Amino acid sequence: MNDPASVPAQRLRVRYSKIGKVRFTSHRDVVRMWERALRRSGLPVAWSGGFSPRPLLSFGHALATGAESLAEYLDVSLLPGAGDQFGWSAGDLGEPSVVARSSDALSAHLSRLLPEGVDVQVVAALRSGRGSLQQEVSSCSWKLEVLGLAAEELVSRVERLLAAPTALIERERKGRSALDDLRPAVLALSVEPRAGDGRHEPTHPGGQWLDAELATSPRGVRPSELLEVLGPGVALSRARRTHQWIERDGIRMEPLAVGGREAGAVAAHARGRAS
Amino acid sequence: MVRSLWPRIEPLLLGVQKPARYIGGEQGASSPVHGGGKVAWLLCYPDVYEIGLPNQGLQILYELLNDRADALAERAYAPWVDMEQAMRATGVPLFSLENHLPARAFDVLAFNLSAELVYTNVLNMIDLAGVPIRSSQRASCDPLVVAGGHCTFNPEPLADFVDAFVVGDGEEVIGELSELLVRLLPATSGGSREEVLQELAMIPGVYVPSLYRPRYEEGRLAALERQPGAPAKVEKRTVADLAQWRYPRRQLVPVTEVVHDRLNVEVFRGCTRGCRFCQAGMVTRPVRERTRSQIREMIDEGLARTGYEEVALTSLSTADFSGVETLVGEVIGDPRYEGRVSVSLPSLRVDAFTVGTAAEIQRVRRTGLTFAPEGGTWRMRKVINKLISEEDLYSAVDAAFAQGWRRVKLYFLIGLPTERDEDVTAIADLGRRCAEIGHRYHRSVTVVASVGGFVPKPQTPFQWAPQDTAAELHRKIALLRGAARGVRGLTIRWHDPEASVAEGIASRGDRRVGAVIERVWRDGGTFQEWSERFELAKWEEALAAEGLSLDEIVHRPRERDECLPWAHVSAGLHPDFLWDDWQEALSGGTLEDCRWTPCYDCGACTGFGLEHVVASPRPPAGGSQGTCQDLDQGGRIPVHLGGVRR
Repeated sequence: MNDPASVPAQRLRVRYSKIGKVRFTSHRDVVRMWERALRRSGLPVAWSGGFSPRPLLSFGHALATGAESLAEYLDVSLLPGAGDQFGWSAGDLGEPSVVARSSDALSAHLSRLLPEGVDVQVVAALRSGRGSLQQEVSSCSWKLEVLGLAAEELVSRVERLLAAPTALIERERKGRSALDDLRPAVLALSVEPRAGDGRHEPTHPGGQWLDAELATSPRGVRPSELLEVLGPGVALSRARRTHQWIERDGIRMEPLAVGGREAGAVAAHARGRAS
Repeated sequence: MVRSLWPRIEPLLLGVQKPARYIGGEQGASSPVHGGGKVAWLLCYPDVYEIGLPNQGLQILYELLNDRADALAERAYAPWVDMEQAMRATGVPLFSLENHLPARAFDVLAFNLSAELVYTNVLNMIDLAGVPIRSSQRASCDPLVVAGGHCTFNPEPLADFVDAFVVGDGEEVIGELSELLVRLLPATSGGSREEVLQELAMIPGVYVPSLYRPRYEEGRLAALERQPGAPAKVEKRTVADLAQWRYPRRQLVPVTEVVHDRLNVEVFRGCTRGCRFCQAGMVTRPVRERTRSQIREMIDEGLARTGYEEVALTSLSTADFSGVETLVGEVIGDPRYEGRVSVSLPSLRVDAFTVGTAAEIQRVRRTGLTFAPEGGTWRMRKVINKLISEEDLYSAVDAAFAQGWRRVKLYFLIGLPTERDEDVTAIADLGRRCAEIGHRYHRSVTVVASVGGFVPKPQTPFQWAPQDTAAELHRKIALLRGAARGVRGLTIRWHDPEASVAEGIASRGDRRVGAVIERVWRDGGTFQEWSERFELAKWEEALAAEGLSLDEIVHRPRERDECLPWAHVSAGLHPDFLWDDWQEALSGGTLEDCRWTPCYDCGACTGFGLEHVVASPRPPAGGSQGTCQDLDQGGRIPVHLGGVRR
C-alpha cells in the first residue's frame, strides 16, 4: 500500500463526455465506474491509505443525474515517479497547466473500459501545484431544452430575467427558509433560434433550446433552479453541459481543451490491457 | 420488427427515483439480435433492479442462453412503484433492459422465484407485460410464462399464473427447454399452446400445473389428479458436477449501485449440515464443490475483467469448503493484487477457527461479524439440528473481539417447534454473555441479536410444523426485549411478525392461495417484502374473501397422512426421511453431517445416482464445526483460541 502521506508527484487530467442512456446514472455511480476502469487500466494510480483504500481521484462539479455533458473532468493522482514511465517529467512544463497531452491511444483505452456513453476525449499530465477543479472552475456553459412556453413568451421571460436586478428563490437551509439571489450567477442566457442541434438523440417536439452560462461560485446555480426563476409553466426536458470554464489572469479557458495545442506528445501505453 | 420503447421510456426517467434502474448498459450484458428462429427469453426478476441484478442464477441462465445458437435472452426487473405508475399512465409495457423491447416481443417470460413475498410482483409484471395473468386465459400468441428458483418446491400458490415451473438446477434443463421450444413454439411452428405444455411436461424437472387438478374434501386438499401422461412426481434437476458449469464467465457489472456489488464466485452448491428449518440446505443436496484451481481461475479472470476489488466466495456455508483457508490465503497473498483485494465469506460458521480466517481476509475492510446460532438454548439448537455449543459461540465471539472487531451480530429464529419461553429469554442471556466478553477487550461494543419469526418451509422436516401467530411472536419479542433491558452493549432487533405470517401463507399454501395473491395484488399490494409497502390486513381480507383461514394454512400442525400441496414435487428427499427427522426433532434427536460420516440415505444422492463432490474427505480444521461430531481434526489450527491480549 502507498504511504498516504506521500504527495503524489503527478496528476492526470481527463476530459470525458457523458451522453445518452448513461446520463441517468448519479455522480456516485460515475465515481464507481471510474474507480473500476482505472483498476483495469493498468495506470499507476495512487491510492489512499486506511482501511478502505481508494484511488485518489478528484472530480469537478458534480453533474446532476439525468444531465448530459460534453465536458466532464477528472484529476487522477499517480504514484510518485510514475510519470517517468510515461515519458513525462517535471522539466516538461509548458503552457499554464498542461505539460503533456496524451496520445489518443490512452483516451481510447480508457473509453473501452467505461460504459457506453462515457467517452474520454483527452488526457493530459497536469503540472503540480494547480488548484483542484472544484476550486478553479468558476462557471459552466449549458444547453437546456425546455418545454411548455411559446417561443415569444420564452424570449420575453429571458429578457425580463436578464433585466431584473435580482432573481430570488426560496431555499430550506438547516431547517430555515432563506432567500437566495441567483441573478449574479446567471452570466449569460439566450434562446437558440433553431430547435436542437440534432447531434444526438431526437429532442422533444415543441422543445426549445436555451444557451446559458451559469456561475459555480460563490452561490452556484443549477439548471433546474434557473428554470424556477424563469417562472411557472416551463419544464426542463434535457440539460447538457457543454463547457466548464476557469479564469486565470483574466483569461477564460477550459481546464483541458479538446484538440488544443500539443505540448509534448506522450507515449501512453497502459500496461495489461483488459477488456 | 418490434421497435425499441426507449424514446417513450426516456421522458419518464426524469420524474422517477433512481432512473439508472431502467437503462441497462452493464459490462457483460449481451445485445442480442432477434429473429432467425431463435427462442427469445425475457428473464424476469420480480424485485427492483438493485436487488435482482446480482442474482447469480439469473446471470448463469442469461449467459447459457445467449451462448446458444437457438436462443437469446434479455432481462427485466420489477419497476418501482413510481415507474410503474408512469408506465401505466403512458401505456408503456414491461420492457427489457438490453434492447428496451416490450415484453410481448419475447417467446418466454421466465421468472426467478427466490422468495415468497415477491409473488404479487410476479402477477404485476405479467400484467405490465400486457399478458393475461391467468394461464387459462392466455392464447397461443401470448408468451409462455415459466418460473424457476427455490420457491418452486411448492409451486401451487402460483400454479394458476405460471404455465410451467422448472424445479432444481437450471443449467442443463434450460437447453432442453430451448430445443423443445424452438421446435414447437406457435410463432415458429403453428403448434397449439396445449401441445407445447404437454411436451414440456415430459421434460424431467418441469411441472405443468394445468395438467393437474386439485381435489378438496371438507375444505382440505385431498389429492392432485393428473391428466394421462403427466408425471406422478416431478423430480428436481441436479447438476452432478458443478465444475462443468463454470458460470457466470461474464458477471454483469452494473453502472449503478446494487446490493452485493462485488465479484461473486460460487464455490459449492448444496449443504448437508442438516439444519431442519433450512429449505435451501434440504433442496440443494448433495454437496458439489468446485476444485480450488477452477475457483482461482474464476477469481483471477473475474477481478481482471470487472475491476472489482472484493470477491465473495458464495455457498450456503463457505467455511465448510475443503481447504477454504488455503484458498483465501492464496487470493489475499497474491502479489498481483498488491494487498488490495478483499475476500468475503457471506456466511460464517460459529467457531473460533472461522473467526481466524475472517480476521485474515478482512484485514482490509472490517465492519462487523455475523454468526447464526439460530436457537437460544442447547435444547432448542438440538431440535433444529444446529449443533453449536455455547463454548463454540463464546470462543468465536471472544476471538472476534480479540481480533479487533467491536460489532457482532447474532441471528436467531423464534417461533421454532417445541419452543418454550426460556428458549426465547435465553437469547438475551447469550447476548449478555457475548457483550461481557466484548467488554474485556473494548470499552464499547455492540452485540446485535436479530430475531426472525420462523416460517416452516416445504420439503423440510419442519414442513408439518405449526407456525406461530403474529400475536404469539409479538409476545415472545416483548419477553425477549424485557430480558435484554438494561444490558449494556446488547441490542435486540426483530423482523415484522406480520410479514412472517404472509410468508407462511405463500410458503405452504395450496392452489387456492393463488386467488388470495391475486386479490392482494389487485388491492395494490406489490413489493410486499418492503416493510413500508406491507400490510397484513390486505392478506387477511383476501383470505376471508376466498373463504380460507390463517389457521388452516399457517398455524395448525399438519398430519403425517394428509396430502401436502407440494407432495408431487420432489427435492429427492424421501418423505419417510423427512418425517423421521421431524419425529427425531420432537424427541431431541440429532443428525450428523453426512459429508464426513456414513450415509443415512436421505434420498438426495441415491435417488439420482449422485455423490457428494468434495475436495477433501476430511472436515476442515478447528472448533466442533457446529456439528458436535467427534471428527478427526483436519489440520493445525492457525489462530489462538480465546484472548491473545488478555
